[in-house]
Amino acid sequence: MKLTMASSPHNHSHKTLSRLMLTVIAACIPGILLQSYFFGPGTLFQLLLALLTVSATEAAMMKLRNRPVWPILSDGSAWLTAVLLAVSIPPLAPWWVTVIGCVFAIAIVKQLYGGLGFNLFNPAMAAYVLLLISFPVQMTSWTPITEIQATPLSAFDQLTLIFTEQTLSGVPLAEARQVIDGTTSATPLDHVKTAVSQNLTVSEATDNVAFGDYAGQGWQWVNLAYLLGGLYLLKTKVINWHIPVAFIVTLAVCSGIGYVVSPATQAGTLFHLLSGATMLGAFFIATDPVSASTTNRGRLIYGALIGLLVYLIRHFGGYPDAVAFAVLIMNMAVPLIDYYTQPRTYGHGASS
Amino acid sequence: MTLFYALIAIGALALAFGLILGYAAVKYRVESNPIVDQVDAILPQTQCGQCGYPGCRPYAEAIANGDDVNKCPPGGEATVKKLADLMGVEAKPLAGGEEAEPIKKVAYIREDECIGCTKCIQACPVDAIVGATRQMHTVIADECTGCDLCVDPCPVDCIDMIPVAQTVQTWKWQIDAIPVKQID
Amino acid sequence: METLLEQIEHGKLWQFPGGIHPPEQKSVSNQASIGRIPLPDYLVLPLKQHIGANGQLLVNKGDSVLKGQALTRPGANWSLPVHAPTSGVISDIKPMPSAHPSALPELSIVLTPDGEDSWCELCPVSDYTQLDNQALIDIIHHAGIAGMGGAGFPTYVKADSAKHKPVEFLVVNGVECEPYITADDLLMREHAEQIVQGIEIMQHLLSPEYVLVGIETNKPEAIQAMTAAAAHNSKILIRGLPVKYPSGGEKQLIQVLTSKEVPSGGIPADVGVLVQNVGTLFAVSEAVCKGKPLIERVVTVTGNTIQTPQNVWALLGTEIKHLLTCQGFEPVAEQRVIMGGPMMGFTLPTVRIPVVKTTNCILAPDNQELAVAGSEQACIRCSACADACPQTLLPQQLQWFAKGKEYDKLEEHNLFDCIECGACAYVCPSEIPLVQYYRVAKAEIREQKLEKVKAERAKERFEARKERLEREQEERQNRHKRSARSSTRSAEQSDKVSAAMERVKQKKDSQSAVQAAIERAKAKKAADGTLEPDNSEVALERAKRKEKARQYKAEKDAQAAPEMHAGGEGSRKDAVAAAIARAKAKKAAQQNDATDSSAVTAEDPRKAAVAAAIARAKAKKAAQQDDQPAQQQSDEADSDPRKAAVAAAIARAKAKKAAKETEQSTDAEPAETSAEPEDPRKAAVAAAIARAKAKKAAKEAEQQADSESAGTDAEPEDPRKAAVAAAIARAKAKKAAKETEQSTDAEPAETSAEPEDPRKAAVAAAIARAKAKKAAKEAEQQTDAEPAETSAEPEDPRKAAVAAAIARAKAKKAAKEAEQQTDAEPAETSAEPEDPRKAAVAAAITRAKAKKAAKEAEQQTDAEPVDALQSTHEAPLSAEEKRQAAIKAAVARAKAKKQAAAEDQEGNDPS
Repeated sequence: MKLTMASSPHNHSHKTLSRLMLTVIAACIPGILLQSYFFGPGTLFQLLLALLTVSATEAAMMKLRNRPVWPILSDGSAWLTAVLLAVSIPPLAPWWVTVIGCVFAIAIVKQLYGGLGFNLFNPAMAAYVLLLISFPVQMTSWTPITEIQATPLSAFDQLTLIFTEQTLSGVPLAEARQVIDGTTSATPLDHVKTAVSQNLTVSEATDNVAFGDYAGQGWQWVNLAYLLGGLYLLKTKVINWHIPVAFIVTLAVCSGIGYVVSPATQAGTLFHLLSGATMLGAFFIATDPVSASTTNRGRLIYGALIGLLVYLIRHFGGYPDAVAFAVLIMNMAVPLIDYYTQPRTYGHGASS
Repeated sequence: MTLFYALIAIGALALAFGLILGYAAVKYRVESNPIVDQVDAILPQTQCGQCGYPGCRPYAEAIANGDDVNKCPPGGEATVKKLADLMGVEAKPLAGGEEAEPIKKVAYIREDECIGCTKCIQACPVDAIVGATRQMHTVIADECTGCDLCVDPCPVDCIDMIPVAQTVQTWKWQIDAIPVKQID
Repeated sequence: METLLEQIEHGKLWQFPGGIHPPEQKSVSNQASIGRIPLPDYLVLPLKQHIGANGQLLVNKGDSVLKGQALTRPGANWSLPVHAPTSGVISDIKPMPSAHPSALPELSIVLTPDGEDSWCELCPVSDYTQLDNQALIDIIHHAGIAGMGGAGFPTYVKADSAKHKPVEFLVVNGVECEPYITADDLLMREHAEQIVQGIEIMQHLLSPEYVLVGIETNKPEAIQAMTAAAAHNSKILIRGLPVKYPSGGEKQLIQVLTSKEVPSGGIPADVGVLVQNVGTLFAVSEAVCKGKPLIERVVTVTGNTIQTPQNVWALLGTEIKHLLTCQGFEPVAEQRVIMGGPMMGFTLPTVRIPVVKTTNCILAPDNQELAVAGSEQACIRCSACADACPQTLLPQQLQWFAKGKEYDKLEEHNLFDCIECGACAYVCPSEIPLVQYYRVAKAEIREQKLEKVKAERAKERFEARKERLEREQEERQNRHKRSARSSTRSAEQSDKVSAAMERVKQKKDSQSAVQAAIERAKAKKAADGTLEPDNSEVALERAKRKEKARQYKAEKDAQAAPEMHAGGEGSRKDAVAAAIARAKAKKAAQQNDATDSSAVTAEDPRKAAVAAAIARAKAKKAAQQDDQPAQQQSDEADSDPRKAAVAAAIARAKAKKAAKETEQSTDAEPAETSAEPEDPRKAAVAAAIARAKAKKAAKEAEQQADSESAGTDAEPEDPRKAAVAAAIARAKAKKAAKETEQSTDAEPAETSAEPEDPRKAAVAAAIARAKAKKAAKEAEQQTDAEPAETSAEPEDPRKAAVAAAIARAKAKKAAKEAEQQTDAEPAETSAEPEDPRKAAVAAAITRAKAKKAAKEAEQQTDAEPVDALQSTHEAPLSAEEKRQAAIKAAVARAKAKKQAAAEDQEGNDPS
């Protein structure tokens, strides 16, 4: 009889890497569903495209690096990147935008740094920023929610728009994105920002068909759906509370102070929390373990600084939303934060 | 006039920074070991002479003067790497094609064959052999550096280099390497 | 604000950070009461079952012992005795696989039970309160009690620690937080009274403020039993702890019960706490109140492959195999058998490992309940490990550093505070074997530290030696100057010489016994022939290693510049053929040689020894020569290294065979020598000389071969003639070498025959040595000048090889003839050098050497043995006289031992 040798511990929690990643993806589902309900099934097409692209890219990279493909691909981290990127891209963005983003995220940001665990930056956000800077027109013109679309778009229309940039009947993309009142669609954050720069007050800006009770029509519900998914992640202990709480609290406090100081030029707390990628960023993007801080105190600092940066960029910066920039900037600060926030080891330093 | 002010300002700044830097250099001076001592600290101190120098210290001096860092077989690749790091040169494989991980050995005198010639005592760089003329000699295993230097001088070939046996204390958790000697 | 004491009184508990909740699986084994198993066929008792040193053996193989009888006696350094777990016979004392993760063998006593199970006399203490502390501690010490929770720290040391620092809290560890294990649980349920008694004994020893008993709340029966048993003692507080792994870790338990933290690198006593396991306390009570030493313990045998999982009383030394068989064991594929729990236990490589004092559980799981670890994936820095770590370390950071072997960083991040509880690896989603990384790194760091200390010491010794040598040099120079100045030099010296001669005579008398002993020992060794092959093996190994290195280099060279080698396919084949031919020729020559010499030596033991030595030397030489061509081949094997390697291997094998053949014949001869010990001293000297020669010859051969190979590529024209010439040249060189050998042989023999004039003898010996060396050098030079080598020839290689072999054989024969001649006329032959100039130089060298040797000899004879001793190690030790004295004593002891051995030998020797 031959006995098997192994190192202790001989038991495991059975929470494996792929299960972790798939849980995060599952928590995104309510948000994705609401998003495609409000803005049309374009998001789903983008998602499918992104998943295919990252799988192909990851497989190709693994082949190039002479590693087995399936064990790496099946850890699910690439698919999570695809999901996060796909929901951030405008639903009707041309197909090549998504493809470029996915290839960049996997090949450059992730694999060139050494693969999973070695990447300095959040791949999805790095790709998003690349796309935003390279293709500002495609990346900033969002689709209006289906109820107020000037030309109602069928699912098939959306598909052809993504791949040919016009509907079957020949309506070009720009026209398809128009709102019923003839204005072009922008995200609510963009809209408010433009309005304020034109010396309008925030309340005047939000007095618009595209706005709901608290924030942009559709946007507020999508954000609430991501909040729900985030709470699920917290409950299953996939993520720690530190980063999302620090992020949301800081953003709320900053925007609250801003609103008190200058209600005319500054949007309210709820508007900030339920607009753009706030909830997605707080629970799904900033918590990416690879590029976030690893100590609990560090996570509080990391989350809080992201919240602050989001507020500052939204209000003073040139871009309407700021989650991607804030996360990338803080990614760079992680080693420093980690170094200075090491916990006190048992038996070291002052204690009773 | 503007030019004049600019020159004065830049000159003043340069002077000020120069003074600050100079002061800092004196005030926060870090006393570092001379390079020879640092090199010597990395060498394994077997004093075996396999580098071609009579002892570790002379080799350390040679390295400080620009000799290759890959001449120390007892230190193995690890020592070469450390020396290369310290000297800022590229780590080369060990000269002479010796293995990267040296096997630790100690000398053992087969005492019934020893004729008591004291040749090994004279050869031992760390005085790890005891004995006297025409009396058998023995190696103090704890002090032996495994340098091999006593093996050659022995006229009757009674010195062996024996690999140091692994004990429970020196075991390094090579779980896969446990020989399974199952009886049934 | 309540004080800490009040808080503890009120039952406050604290939290430790991290921790995990693995499935408990306790109900598997805690349903049945503690069982008894039949006596095993034999027991294996390692001398060391705890942290600390071995005890000294008290028994010998074949002794009968009673149950409870001490088998070892404890000494200093935390050593503990082991006792016979049952009555029986000591059937063996030998190294056996130990109950350690490495299973490396450790010295163990094998006991075969006689089935009587009869106790030795026990001396129980009726009232321990009457005893003073030291007596109690001695009882605990001699009962061999070590911490039974896992680490195995000697209990008496802990009990004694109250002397140094008062103990505020005695913490009793009944937590048993590891899954599966229920040994302490059942012990508390069934023997709560004895445990409380043990607690009270410790209370008596340590007088702590409170005794805090920590038991996890998943053991309600145990809590109940302990509460009932301790009801009479208000100082014993039973605390139910929330279930969390690893709350049973010493540091964590202290934190939970008292909120104190043991400082890093410290022990609980530093914060006034002492922790004892319930099993240990039970053993203490048994030892004090019943007089029983620690000979058995409760072991949980559990897991899905066990038919009746249960706790049993297992005698120490019971093999795991016996335990498993008794409980019904059905192994599955890839079966693991774990000693300890699933979190911190270690897998056993074999079931033939004994139960020791620290063995609390044998777990034989199937692959469903405890899945085999999956493959390691990339770390995603999720820091789930940091959240689980009870020591608040950063396991994930440590893992990066451990993988990068950044040992400084590891220590900076407090690697040594890791308790290896396994919580981090349990939660790691990437299934990284974190604990394994830490263990390896820890072992590596420990070794490096040791090495550093050793290097430091080596450096000190080296420098001390250098200083000593310099001082000696100086002294010698001073002496020279002085002696040159003194005018009465000649008279004094002659006095000195005569005095020295006297001394030498005396010394020789006293030493003859020693030398005789040495000689006999050698003869014996040769006769049983065990050491000789050993030697050759080592030598071969060394040669092989060097050759490998050389081959590696050669290969590299070949790859770098294949065009460098003139010879192509043909020359390689030539080389092979030549090598084989040479090997064969040599073998033949040696066979003749061996038989010749053995024939000669039949009558004269001394000559026999010499001849044997020569034969051995030849064998060695042959071996090396064959090695050399083999290497040559590999040099040339640019196109087909594999074939060349094979050929080389064949050549080497043949050489080996030849060597062995000659060795065998030589082995037979010394046996004869020992039969006639008329002149043992002479024989010893002769043997030594012979061995020295053997070495020289070996070296010569090597050099020759070297020069040959150097010549290889040089001259490709007229290979046949060249080869013949080379062979002749070589033969001549050999002859010369042998001539001198022979003459030197004759002279030392003479020397030893004339003990009236030691100085002359020394001089003569020196001259002889010098001559031998000269001959060696000559041979070398000649071979250097050799024009060509067979193996380089491109045309007609076979013929050439054959011719070369024949030539060589002839040369050898000639050499032998010459040898015999020189035996008769040493003067003539030594006057025969071919090259007058070289001879002149050599003669000069000889003279110089002779002078030096004479001087050396003088000094040697002058010096008394003790003096010599002093000079040998005076230097590094001169500062510390104590140490020197110790070493002297050691040497003296060694000498005495040798003398004793010699006498012994004499006694044994019938003649």
